[in-house]
Amino acid sequence: MSENGNIIELAGIYKAFGSQQVLKGINLGIPRGQTTVIIGRSGGGKSVMLKHMIGLIKPDQGQVLVDGGDIVRMSDHQLNEVRRRFGMLFQEAALFDSMTVVDNVAFPLREHTNLSEKQVREKVSEKLAMVGLPGVEHKMPSELSGGMRKRVGLARAIALEPEIILYDEPTTGLDPPLSAAINRLIADTQKKLGVTSVVISHDIEGAYQVGQNIAMLYQGKIIAQGTPDEIRDSPDEVVQQFIHGRAEGPIEVI
Amino acid sequence: MGMLRPMEYVGGKFLRWLDEAGELLLLFLQSALWLIRPPFRFRLLMKQMEFVGIGSLGVTILTGAFTGGVFALQSYHGFSLFGAESLVGSTVALALTRELGPVLTSLMVTGRAGSAMAAEVGTMRVTEQIDALYVMAVNPVQYLVVPRILASVAMLPVLTIIADFVGIVGAYVVGVGLLGINHGIFISKIIEYMDFSDISMGLVKAAFFGLILSLVGCFKGFYTSGGAEGVGRATTRAVVLGSVLILASDYVLTAIMF
Ligand SMILES: Nc1ncnc2c1ncn2[C@@H]1O[C@H](COP(=O)(O)OP(=O)(O)O)[C@@H](O)[C@H]1O
Ligand SMILES: [Mg+2]
Repeated sequence: MSENGNIIELAGIYKAFGSQQVLKGINLGIPRGQTTVIIGRSGGGKSVMLKHMIGLIKPDQGQVLVDGGDIVRMSDHQLNEVRRRFGMLFQEAALFDSMTVVDNVAFPLREHTNLSEKQVREKVSEKLAMVGLPGVEHKMPSELSGGMRKRVGLARAIALEPEIILYDEPTTGLDPPLSAAINRLIADTQKKLGVTSVVISHDIEGAYQVGQNIAMLYQGKIIAQGTPDEIRDSPDEVVQQFIHGRAEGPIEVI
Repeated sequence: MGMLRPMEYVGGKFLRWLDEAGELLLLFLQSALWLIRPPFRFRLLMKQMEFVGIGSLGVTILTGAFTGGVFALQSYHGFSLFGAESLVGSTVALALTRELGPVLTSLMVTGRAGSAMAAEVGTMRVTEQIDALYVMAVNPVQYLVVPRILASVAMLPVLTIIADFVGIVGAYVVGVGLLGINHGIFISKIIEYMDFSDISMGLVKAAFFGLILSLVGCFKGFYTSGGAEGVGRATTRAVVLGSVLILASDYVLTAIMF
């Protein structure tokens, strides 16, 4: 596999829930070692698409290739091996609500490493400091604000220093300075560790900052993909309406 | 429109029911598979044993005591008609150890712990905590379901034997204390008529009911959808289905064992 190849490849993905066809032939490559930002309307299927990349949702049709292997057709055991290379931040954080913040962030470390309890604690503190949340170690998730929960989820996602990180709306619901800080964290993680990131975002300015690549999902398909400059200059009316946040245009708003 | 199609309705219901039975069986097989795979999650097991066992102790004792007491009262009225008051103790003891102990204890624990399992696992489902387990390469059946089933299978017999004992004490208090049955006769008739197998088979039943209530609780939780409302629905259904299956399987087990 070449250095610049795609680490993840969605090929011809169709997915319906009941009679609702959410994904209608998704073709998307995620370049290795870069950050790809996915934009699109809310309810458009971005989270569903992201969950396909880690085998949480199986497509009705199509392939999900991770390093060339089709995870749709893998055994549970093989799929688990692949998943260990991933970290994921869920849209609503999905913290274990019966565990403290420390135990949440430590969870993947305790499951998949042989680190001593002391080393685990150090790693947890380090990750919590990275997301700007020192001193909340012993709180329960229910005692945190939405933004704080998201950052704990982020700390948990990066705890094992995975190769590929999936972020589902990491900055939605955060105040602007915090959004900027999280965007910087995503960009830094990518630069320092050379990870591949896939970020779902509504924040266009943030997308330009963190993404080497931007893809737009619209009506179940990827209608545009390219560098931030290419997206900015896209002739597509839908893309233009979306990135400029206009109510008028081909996207039916209401 | 207008005409109700009873066959179609019944047929549809039956197919859905069959589907559900298949899924329940599948979860059972998965649990058995994940039980024998490492790692063994000892701490989670202890936590569930505490929840199911210690947590249900109070309700078990109350159920046992009042059941034994009221049963003694009722059978005394019947037996005194033909002068067989001496049999009150052994009748209550047999009924408790063979039937009422395991069944009533399991029904109480279904209401208390089976429902909680459905609610907990269901909440984890709708808030994507189960997905988070998958993402972190931890199998949720092994992590959530196996400890709950093991704990229930282990604790139900313990709770049942406590209910049996407390029930007999309750019967003694009512029979000997209130109704004046002779102490020696009450005890000796129990010893005379009750076999060890009455107790042990009751405990086998209890273990089986423990399997049912935890499996059904986890199953309803695991397949929850539709937010908080869905969790509520899952909880109710876990209690209803769990109780019905306990009563139905009690008949089958009794027919096989005794
Ligand atoms: N597990 C599911 N079952 C049924 N419908 C779903 C499920 N997950 C997502 N959907 C539906 O798919 C559509 C896309 O959802 P989603 O991917 O969450 O959108 P977004 O782009 O905002 O992340 C929505 O209409 C949602 O209701
Ligand atoms: Mg989403």
